[in-house]
This record gives sequence, structure tokens and C-alpha cells, in this order.
Amino acid sequence: MSQFLPEAILPYLPDTIQIIYLIATFFFIRGLKLLNSPATARKGNQLAAAGMFIGIVVTLFDQQIISFEWIIAGILLGGLIGAVLAKKVAMTAMPELVAVFNGFGGGASALVAWGEFSRLVDPTTMSPDSLITTGLGIFIGALTFTGSFVAFGKLKGFISGNAITFPGLNIINIGSMIAVLVLIGFFTFDPTNQTIFWIILGLSLLIGITSVIPIGGADMPVVISLLNSYSGIAASMAGFVIGNNLLIIAGALVGAAGLILTQIMCKAMNRSLANVIFGSFGGDSGTSGSGEAGDKTVRETSPEDLAIQVAYASKVVIAPGYGLAVAQAQHVLKEVAAKLEERGVQVKYGIHPVAGRMPGHMNVLLAEADVPYDQLLDMDQINQEFKTTDVVLIIGANDVVNPVAKTEPGSPIYGMPILNVDEAKRTVIFKRSLSPGYAGIDNPLFYDENNQMFFGDAKKSLQALNEALNDV
Amino acid sequence: MSALIFSLFIFVLACFIGFELIAKVPPTLHTPLMSGANAISGITIVGALIVAGHSGIDSQMSQFIGFVAIVFATINVVGGFMVTDRMLEMFKKKEDEK
Repeated sequence: MSQFLPEAILPYLPDTIQIIYLIATFFFIRGLKLLNSPATARKGNQLAAAGMFIGIVVTLFDQQIISFEWIIAGILLGGLIGAVLAKKVAMTAMPELVAVFNGFGGGASALVAWGEFSRLVDPTTMSPDSLITTGLGIFIGALTFTGSFVAFGKLKGFISGNAITFPGLNIINIGSMIAVLVLIGFFTFDPTNQTIFWIILGLSLLIGITSVIPIGGADMPVVISLLNSYSGIAASMAGFVIGNNLLIIAGALVGAAGLILTQIMCKAMNRSLANVIFGSFGGDSGTSGSGEAGDKTVRETSPEDLAIQVAYASKVVIAPGYGLAVAQAQHVLKEVAAKLEERGVQVKYGIHPVAGRMPGHMNVLLAEADVPYDQLLDMDQINQEFKTTDVVLIIGANDVVNPVAKTEPGSPIYGMPILNVDEAKRTVIFKRSLSPGYAGIDNPLFYDENNQMFFGDAKKSLQALNEALNDV
Repeated sequence: MSALIFSLFIFVLACFIGFELIAKVPPTLHTPLMSGANAISGITIVGALIVAGHSGIDSQMSQFIGFVAIVFATINVVGGFMVTDRMLEMFKKKEDEK
């Protein structure tokens, strides 16, 4: 759009654009800062969006941009798809949606690196620097693209949530990654070689698939955070390619954010990142450390029985997990909690950091059901409360309350910090069956004498409890 | 100093700012943080605009690549910011009631 500007100011245009980019950078940093507190978070997000808008508009004045047909068509189409997805998707499907957006972001960065490369008639005029970053941009962007869509498929259930793996897969993955890096080296020396270029692209897409497929459903919070980080780094690489500081900085901020969340998630499971990526945890390979389930007895409870227990309790803690999201039971749970509070029962929610399929998954679900966020306690806070708790309702959670994490050194989840629900006077597990959770580990809590099982779909069970509470 | 080294300085410093900014975000906000950050990573749209908008000899291929990049990046940006806003609106509501 620079052609609409007066001739006289054109010499100052490139610097002006850069300064406005700097302002956009300020908006991003300030926006992320405001995302630190629930009270200001919405403003922070809007500020970041404003920064993005400024960045896009000012870019249109770049003198390199002279045709607008593709741009208008692309923005209209992408904006429409994005807006519809953002409006229509249920809160319970948030992890899938984040994975999809992430995939598109990574894919876009790879395409920018590729497009910038392909628009040059003679690639040998590119400096080795830009060729390296082009290669890396395509690599990281492409693997984020396919990796995110595999994660989406796993979350959605198109692809088995269990760890899919076979012997040697890790070696193949590591080997392919090294191969891509070596090929990027070759590419730098001979950018005219089409074959090398296509192999880099193809292998990168493949690595995204083969490195996410072996990761089990319970480790999804780590994978999503890590892919989020990759999409940021891919944007940074695209920035290196086109020499744009705004992209480099914004991408680095996102890369750092994703990495921090990844670390928090790994710490919450007491596992290293390498163990998550290469461990193929979750599924049949998990060895049960706690013996056979067959000869143990479980105590079942009924809606009426449970209604009496919770109605006359003084403190009830709710420990939600992924099952709550699957059953979409957050609203009826809130109704149950409201009835208990009317009776003077103190109700709190204990949220394990890796409950659900992405960081903070449970918090979003419960926020949707209008649970005040000061009732949501994180693991360290709630663990001090269990000793004085009468009943813990464990809804759709399993591994995060499994005491073998404390007692059985041989167990795959040994050492993972858990919610110490066994310290409460009574626990009630809402579950479809006695089957082990995603980690594939039997849970001795099922057979504990202070535990009762409430079998069935979480939503139906809670509805039954909700009705039974009317008659207490 | 080559352009790459200069960019590398900016990249590393921005990473540090990112770590400082985000290290203390409470668990309640982890999901909005992630989807908001995700939307910011759609900044790559700026690069897509340049790739799609330039014109030259034999540029149809790269313009088309740029077009697809714009579609992808716009989905990421528009969808990401909107859905984050939708989530945070739910958090905000409770704030007002108190």
C-alpha cells in the first residue's frame, strides 16, 4: 500500500515500519505480562491481539508488497475458518483446538521459509546464514505441523490414545533428526539441489508423525506444551529467514512460554522430558507393580448413600480428571457443589497440574461451569487440606491419585507427586470400571477400605447424586 | 557483525524475557496462556504477507505458497486470540460478581 503514500516520505518508510514493529513488540510483552493474573488476563490477550493487528497493518505498507489479491483472499479465508472454530468449539474440546491452531502456526512458518526461498530466481545468491535458517525453519515448522495434527487425532480419538510404538522407533526418530540436520548442511552448500530440499521437507513432516505417535494420552499436556514451544521457534526461524525482528522476538517469547509449561508439566509428573518423548509411557508396556486385581474386593456406593455422606460432611474436596471433560460433567458437578454449599458444606477443588490433556485443562472446564477460581486449589495447597476432609469425590481421575506413586519404587509413576486423597476420611471414585487409567497401572486405592466406587458415566452418576441430594 | 549474529542476539535476549515473563503464571491461567501465546506465534503472518504480496518473474509458485501461509497463519491468529478471549471472559465474569 506504499503507493498511496506521498513520494516525499517513502525514504523514511522502512525505518518507520521498524519502529512500529517495536511498538507491536511492546504490546506483546505487556500483554504476556498481564496474562499473569486472572484479573488482568483478558486485557493482556486483547493487548497482544492489538499488537498483532498493528504488525499486520504496517507490514502492508512494505514496499516489497505490490499485489494484494492473494493477501485479501488468504486473510478472509483464514479469518473465517479461525473465527468459526473459535466460536463453535466446546470448552471440553479445548486441547484439540489448541493443537490445531498450533499446527497451522507451525505450518505457516515452514511455508514462509519455503516461499521466501522459492521466490528467488537464483538461490545461490542467498547467504549460507539464510540457507541454514531456511532449512531449520522448514524442519521445525513442518514437524510442528504434522506433530500437532497427530496430537489432535489422539485427543479426538481418531488415533489410539495409547502409546503406539515398536522396537527401534526411537532409533529411527533420532536417526531421521540427525539426517535432516546433515541434509540442511548439504543444502547450505548446494541450494539448487531440489532432491535435498524435498527430502528435508518430507523427513521433517514424517518426524512430526513418528515422534508424537508413540506418546501416550496421559503425557499429552507435555506434548501440547512442547509443540507450542516449537511453533514459536519456527516463527523465530521464519524471522531469521526474512530478516524481521518482530518475528524473531515474538517467536522467541512463545518458544520460552511453551518450554516453561513443558518443564512445569514434566516436574508435575516427576519425569524428564527425554523420558516423556522416548519413554512410550501409557499403554500395554506399563508394568503393574501392585499384583492381581481379581481377588480383592471393592465397596460400591449408591447415589442415595453417597448423598447422605456428602450432605452431612463438613468439608468435601473434588478431585477432577480427564474423565470429567470426556463426560462433559462440569455443569452438573457445579450443581452438586452448589447444593452442598447451601447446606453449609465447605467445597473445594483439588487440581493436579497434569489432570486433563493440557496445562490448566481442569481450570478452564470449571471456569466454564462458573466455579470461582479461588475454590480451585493447586496440588500443594490441597494436600494440606485432606487430613481435615470428610469426603473426596474423585471424578474421572486415576493416576494423579494413585498411591503407588508414593509406595512402590518399581512402578512407572513412582515419585510422581500426587493428590494425597488417601489422607481423607473417605474417598469416592467415579469411574466406569476398575480398568487402570491411561498409564496402565492398577490403582490400590480402589480396594482401600476407606474407598467406595461409584460405577458409571461421570455425568449420569453426578446427575443421580444431584437428584438424590434433593431427598436428603 | 553479520546479520545472523545480530539476529541471534535479539533471539536469545527475547528468550530470556519470555522466561521471566511467564515463569510465575498461576496454573489457573495455563490454558489461556498457552492459547494466547499460540496466537502470538501466528506473527509469522507478517512473513507470509511479504511472500504472497511481492511480484516478479516466475513468482506464481511462491505467491501461492505465501497464500497458503496466510490462510494458515490467519487461522492461528484470529482463532487463537478469539478463543483465548472466550476463555478469559469466563474467568472475568466471576471477578465482577464478587
